[in-house]
Amino acid sequence: MATATVENINKGRSKIHPQKFALIIGCASMMMMFVAFTSALIVRQAQGNWLEFNFPSIFNYSTIVIVVSSLTMHGAYFAFTRGSEFFYKALLITTAILGMVFIYLQYQGWLEMNADGIFLDGNPSGSFVYVITASHAGHLLAGISTIIMALLHAFILPYKVTPRRKHRFQLVVWFWHFVDFLWLYLFVLFLAAY
Amino acid sequence: MADTGTITAPQKYNEETLIEELGYDDHFHDHHHGDKYQSSFIFHYIFSMDHKMIARQFLITGMFWAVIGGLMSLVFRLQLGFPEESMAWLKPILGGWITVNEAGIGTLAPEFYYALVTMHGTIIVFFVLTAGLSGTFSNLLIPLQLGARDMASPFLNMLSYWFFFSAGVVMFLSLFLSTGPFSGGWTAYPPLSALPQASTGSGAGMTMWSFSMVLFVVSVLLGGINYITTVLNLRTKGMSLWRMPLTIWAFFVTAIIGLLSFPVLVSGILLLILDRELGTSFYLSEIFIGGSALDHVGGSPILYQHLFWFLGHPEVYIIILPAMGIVSEVLSVHARKPIFGYKAMVYSILAIAFLSFIVWAHHMFMSGVNPFISNFFVIFTLIIAVPSAVKVFNWIATLFGGNIRFTAACLFGIGFVSMFISGGLTGIFLGNSAIDVQLHDTYFVVAHFHIVMGIAAFFGMYAGVYHWFPKMYGRLMNETLGRIHFWGTLVGAYAIFWPMHYIGMAGVPRRYYSFDNFQAFAHFDMINKFITVAAIIVFALQVLFLINFFYSIWNGKKLTTKNPWKASTLEWTTPINPGHGNWPGRIPTVQRWPYDYGKGGNDYISQITPEQEWEREYDEAH
Ligand code: HEM
Ligand SMILES: [Cu+2]
Repeated sequence: MATATVENINKGRSKIHPQKFALIIGCASMMMMFVAFTSALIVRQAQGNWLEFNFPSIFNYSTIVIVVSSLTMHGAYFAFTRGSEFFYKALLITTAILGMVFIYLQYQGWLEMNADGIFLDGNPSGSFVYVITASHAGHLLAGISTIIMALLHAFILPYKVTPRRKHRFQLVVWFWHFVDFLWLYLFVLFLAAY
Repeated sequence: MADTGTITAPQKYNEETLIEELGYDDHFHDHHHGDKYQSSFIFHYIFSMDHKMIARQFLITGMFWAVIGGLMSLVFRLQLGFPEESMAWLKPILGGWITVNEAGIGTLAPEFYYALVTMHGTIIVFFVLTAGLSGTFSNLLIPLQLGARDMASPFLNMLSYWFFFSAGVVMFLSLFLSTGPFSGGWTAYPPLSALPQASTGSGAGMTMWSFSMVLFVVSVLLGGINYITTVLNLRTKGMSLWRMPLTIWAFFVTAIIGLLSFPVLVSGILLLILDRELGTSFYLSEIFIGGSALDHVGGSPILYQHLFWFLGHPEVYIIILPAMGIVSEVLSVHARKPIFGYKAMVYSILAIAFLSFIVWAHHMFMSGVNPFISNFFVIFTLIIAVPSAVKVFNWIATLFGGNIRFTAACLFGIGFVSMFISGGLTGIFLGNSAIDVQLHDTYFVVAHFHIVMGIAAFFGMYAGVYHWFPKMYGRLMNETLGRIHFWGTLVGAYAIFWPMHYIGMAGVPRRYYSFDNFQAFAHFDMINKFITVAAIIVFALQVLFLINFFYSIWNGKKLTTKNPWKASTLEWTTPINPGHGNWPGRIPTVQRWPYDYGKGGNDYISQITPEQEWEREYDEAH
């Protein structure tokens, strides 16, 4: 009888892997950092003495790039689980490249702002854009390094779908989606504020 | 009770057999994972991944910092209580910070006074009461009370300690800078903190302060991720959320608050660093130093205050919630009664956690925030008193009519309740923005937060140490010394902080080096002397505690039973000196909630004991 109760009690326990859970919480906490930045921006903007400038149009392109990269990333995962080794590898490489293109475009954006006379040490309206986009780029670089790890797995280990590899790949995919989502949040906010 | 007499024949269960029969086998000891980390001295005692060892590392590091932080307060209390006395005798320790004149009279440098106050606050708030308290007990108890072999990620756990350690190293080194450590207050408000030329400590001292804080936050985040994940994923069979001890609820919610609020501090400090190093103007605007204007234009120092207190207020609950959890557990065990209102306790923890995020501006009533917005914060601040009162009521109701064993642990638990009431009441004064006009930045605030947070959290920590020392070291601490420690500290702490309310109401501002130039405050010098003497005595009593602690590690009375307090939670089902993996064989499963004390005439019923026949009738009857 006692054993029966034990089993009943354990019904409905969450089955999510602890590492995935840790990743989600970690992302929540990174998110808070950006929430702090953006709230500071909004509060500061409301106080006046705020330099208006044209938000660099190049960020529109970087937005498209990162959204596409999320799709290719998902495609790579899909291909991995469905046994299509070629697409798995190809899409993974594409994602890594798109990630780097994104960083490059961000850099171009900063150059464009600089050329317009918006400097890091000028009016906070510009400083905020630099600081927030750079912090985001830092997180994205972390994402790219996890993709590089995934690429090493893809090319060094023989292709095989095991629960363990699936799990690890998922961690990479989820984090990438997070930095993508983070950018969308920031981008929408920038569009509203500038 | 009499009517249940016939059905309460308590069945005797042997715990070993219970674990054998009902426990489940996770094949932990079949593979020898982990053992390679345990075999050598370095990996056993230093780079340990065992949560029990990491807990002790946090505790002892916290103690080290408590001694440093405490000694600092004695030095600045000497300055406040006996400003005319010579401090030349401190010259060998403090060196250049004491200037000795021709007559041989030594005086404390004013800059160093500020540095001491700042370091005292930073060290006690972050290193002692955050890392030393929640780091120690979350690590020790989360796996043990939940029936887990270890944390979800022992490696991250180890990193968490070492980031804390490195933060400490950086802060410690900053004490030896020729320009001194940071001296702009533990809250590090700009412009003092943002301009290296603002004061001696604002240069290298502030750089190291901010670096240390970032390392510290990393430690908190790594620890927190682990605590949350462990609580949600690694509970043993039968340990539903509603069967978790209140300690675990408290650590769990604390970790969530930490994960949501500390990143905000990082953002705030990051912008501060940029203002200092790269010339941005987030917090600085139109400042003149030495007659010439600085380049910084367009910043707002209030912005920093918002970011800081968005962490700062939740931080005070990060400190107090673990203490509350510990006290709930300790009071219930030592009063031999179930905790009163278990669910209400959990919901009030959750309510406090939620409210703690929407009251931060009560620290800024006098910073020029819009009075209309202040009202919003007044209301939510005062609402916090409701869940706080619920908890206080429940603790008292738990004690009421209990068969209380006045052990040192229990006394500190009761002392905690007393302190929390006294300090919470003054919070209600401060929470009214109109009254705060008079009280802000006076000794009233100092009295409020030292009683409600400083002393109360220390009491919670002491309750925990006395209670779980047997689990940590397999020995008992000396009870007599423990009781002397308690009564002395209780009386002494009130002696220190009670009078501060009066001088605070009279308007004496905090953080002043000397009141020589203020005729209005001259008659407080006796009070100041009294406070200083009390502080010295209280510090001496803490030394007594340390002696008791370290003596007992090696020479305390050895445990002869696994469960010295007759408590029902899982940690007491492990062997006296639990090895790696905590349980030698199977993991026990949980059959009931953690507070079955005095049920149907049973002194206690362990969480691993299955429900018995008589209980069903008993539960219906009650
Ligand atoms: C009923 C509950 C409470 C209320 C209404 C309350 C209210 C306040 C207010 C309004 C202030 C700002 C005073 C000023 O600077 O003028 C304050 C300061 C403070 N409170 Fe409380 N408080 C409460 C409980 C607590 C608790 C439980 C803790 C810690 C565990 C705490 C820790 C602090 C600290 C550390 C400060 C001062 C920080 C500083 O300026 O250095 N308070 N409190
Ligand atoms: Cu507060």
